[in-house]
Amino acid sequence: MTEIAANTPALPSPAGGGGSGMRPASGLIALLRHTRYVLSENPVTAFAAGLFLLIVIAAAFGPFIVPYDPYASNTAMALKPPSAAHWFGTDQLGRDVFSRVIVATQLDFFIAIASVALVFLMGGLAGVAAGFYGGWTDRIVGRIADTIMAFPLFVLAMGIVAALGNTVQNIILATAIVNFPLYARIARAEANVRREAGFVMAARLSGNSDARIVLAQVLPNIMPIMVVQMSLTMGYAILNAAGLSFIGLGVRPPTAEWGIMVAEGAAFMVSGEWWIAFFPGAALMVAVFCFNLLGDGLRDIVDPQRRT
Amino acid sequence: MTALPLLDVRDLTVEFTTRRGIVKAVQHVDVTVAKGETVAIVGESGSGKSVTSYAVMRILDRAGRIAEGSITFSGLDLRAADETEMRNLRGREMSMIFQNPRAALNPIRKVGRQIEDVLMQHAQAGSQDATAKAINLLEQVRIARPRERYHAYPFELSGGMCQRIVIALALACRPQLLIADEPTTGLDVTTQKTVMDLMVELTRQRGMSTILITHDLGLAATYCDRVTVMEKGHVVETATARAIFTAPEHAYTRRLMRATPRPGVSLRDLLPEDAARPTAQVLPISTDKTPLLAVEKLVKEYPRQGAAKSLKNLFRSGPSPEPETFRAVDGISFTVGRGESVGLVGESGCGKSTTSTIVMRLIDATDGLIQFDGEDIGAIPAKKFATLPIRKRIQMVFQDPTDSLNPRFTAARAIADPILRLGDVRGRDAVRTRCEELAQQVGLPVDLLDRFPHQLSGGQKARVGIARAIALRPELVILDEPTAALDVSVQAVVLNLLQELKESLGMSYLFVSHDLNVVRLLCDRVLVMRGGRIVEQGPTEKVLFAPEADYTRELLAAIPHPTFEQDKPLDHVRSA
Repeated sequence: MTEIAANTPALPSPAGGGGSGMRPASGLIALLRHTRYVLSENPVTAFAAGLFLLIVIAAAFGPFIVPYDPYASNTAMALKPPSAAHWFGTDQLGRDVFSRVIVATQLDFFIAIASVALVFLMGGLAGVAAGFYGGWTDRIVGRIADTIMAFPLFVLAMGIVAALGNTVQNIILATAIVNFPLYARIARAEANVRREAGFVMAARLSGNSDARIVLAQVLPNIMPIMVVQMSLTMGYAILNAAGLSFIGLGVRPPTAEWGIMVAEGAAFMVSGEWWIAFFPGAALMVAVFCFNLLGDGLRDIVDPQRRT
Repeated sequence: MTALPLLDVRDLTVEFTTRRGIVKAVQHVDVTVAKGETVAIVGESGSGKSVTSYAVMRILDRAGRIAEGSITFSGLDLRAADETEMRNLRGREMSMIFQNPRAALNPIRKVGRQIEDVLMQHAQAGSQDATAKAINLLEQVRIARPRERYHAYPFELSGGMCQRIVIALALACRPQLLIADEPTTGLDVTTQKTVMDLMVELTRQRGMSTILITHDLGLAATYCDRVTVMEKGHVVETATARAIFTAPEHAYTRRLMRATPRPGVSLRDLLPEDAARPTAQVLPISTDKTPLLAVEKLVKEYPRQGAAKSLKNLFRSGPSPEPETFRAVDGISFTVGRGESVGLVGESGCGKSTTSTIVMRLIDATDGLIQFDGEDIGAIPAKKFATLPIRKRIQMVFQDPTDSLNPRFTAARAIADPILRLGDVRGRDAVRTRCEELAQQVGLPVDLLDRFPHQLSGGQKARVGIARAIALRPELVILDEPTAALDVSVQAVVLNLLQELKESLGMSYLFVSHDLNVVRLLCDRVLVMRGGRIVEQGPTEKVLFAPEADYTRELLAAIPHPTFEQDKPLDHVRSA
């Protein structure tokens, strides 16, 4: 890549006009065009983006498109294997597993998004400040991260939820806290490199205050790597939330949530009713898989260097 | 010349597959190198000079491929050779020196070991005699105390020494062909001279052929027998060094020659003859005789750092010989008058950048006085200075136009930044209008304002940087090697632009540079710095033509200029 960049003819005189021949279109159109390019170059990302779109649709419209009421029990239809009427079969109360898996997307997706947004705000800002200011800020943020890292992360999440109470907010908070060191460290490293960059000096000369330099100049530059990290953490956040629910520390039954559904279905695996645990488990896997694949594609989309 | 050249490149075309389709980086290039001959390939960035050499070594990256032509190396068809054959050739028959010596060396392996590795790899030495041979090689590249330096890591050596180690590596297996890709570009002139002298001497001794890839015509003409000039992937001219220098045939070669700063020419002479002369009226310089900037006994000390050092001190018997602090700037005094440009010259590590950063009020001085227009700005802490109104009056143009532009800001946003923070222009449209005005002033096409830095060429980025610096109509602009990262033809344009802006806006310049030829063009007075002190200062012409300090003389002597330059003056060429 660098080799090609070095050999693109440079324009010595201003009279040359357009070096690349393509007028940069207005922001959104350029972004869309670039996105299309990245997707067409990279079929795996396109596949992941397709999955992501399905997840978003399921989360947004799930309750309106499912064939059955996910909470309506029908003992006459209990423990039926997958069929044309019930694609994923029915559970011990006769509820449609397919409907429940789709409806659960909303809650799991919301927990993931909210916890990632929260940890981005906490860890990202703390890390950027630590990397940019150094000194005591760096030491304090670093030690907080070390303290969190000292615990087995899932056990820490369990502890937080157990102590604060079994609510969705606390699951979000716990997931955010266990991911804090990851974000703080990445943001710190990236900001630290840019602390001495010419454009930061130039920004100082232009009369920017330190806070403004951090927020307006440094932060946007570390967004690509943070976005990749956010996508990867989304998968982890979903797993974490489902894991907490699985051991009974998350949302409570009868709420449709993948973790609880797997936990409930696990008891029936032995007797041969595999579908109750299998389909929510598969949904969990597909979601995690999708977010991980999407990470790489996203990096290419948000990186201005790749946008020629 | 022998009948069969050592290297014969014929009709070479190299293609790169990019997202806009296929780009031909090199087209129908012919290069021949006879045995024992030194050939220079000269061109500006993007001319395809490096790609040509990579094709010869067959180290093009995956997107690139040799589309047409033949490469014959002592009778062997390199294009048909497979990877195993090439691996044997590389290092043993032909080797390469890259621009950044530090990047070319393994940072965590002793340099002696790295030389041994190469020797053993190509079965030039066994495990018994490898050490002796490596030390012998270090001696040959004139590393003082080779036995000690054998155990040194690259970070313990200076850039010049690292490049000598790289030369030792390249010559270890006595190859027949050496390709040196900008071997001295990151080095100081005096270091450049010693490294080049050494390289040419060693290769001549061994009867080796050399390809020197460079952007510097002076360097090429001084050290090479023949020169090939490339432009945009084509060879435009190949001739003996003397012929190129005294009677260049191709228009591009002439343009390149013209743009190279050298003694005896003025700024205007650097531009092509048909370039439009500016019609900007010259602002009358204020008759106020008090200097705009007065620096007195400026000192900057840094604590010597490193835990390893203090550990060493702990175990060392007797008092530590080193002082606790290091003086980067050691009590210098100078003035910059209104409308004057002062050059600050010195090699890397002499404290010139520290000085400019202090004057810029980005860092605090340890001691000394900085007066700007009668106001003691040295007393204001650097942290507070950023948001004060006086910030507007001192601005800076940075060395690296790429590094100094935020990659996520468009050109317009970069130029608007100081206006938004400190300027008096308010409102979206008004700021945009001012940006366009500034763009016009620095000769940046207005339609490029919405581009991101990576979509602009080096010269365009430099213009954005200059526009940003003059956006607040400053009185003093510090230029920190503003053209060091640019091609000569772009440099010529940018230097002229700076001169015009200075005249039309009545600014003063403090021009920090390592290049005496460039300083001479732009500055009225010169300060020569070494080791944190000013060794000589005075009017430019006097310092450069009748230098008093030995160091100044040494600096001047190190600038490569071919010896046959005198017998046929360049003015002759220009009128031809």
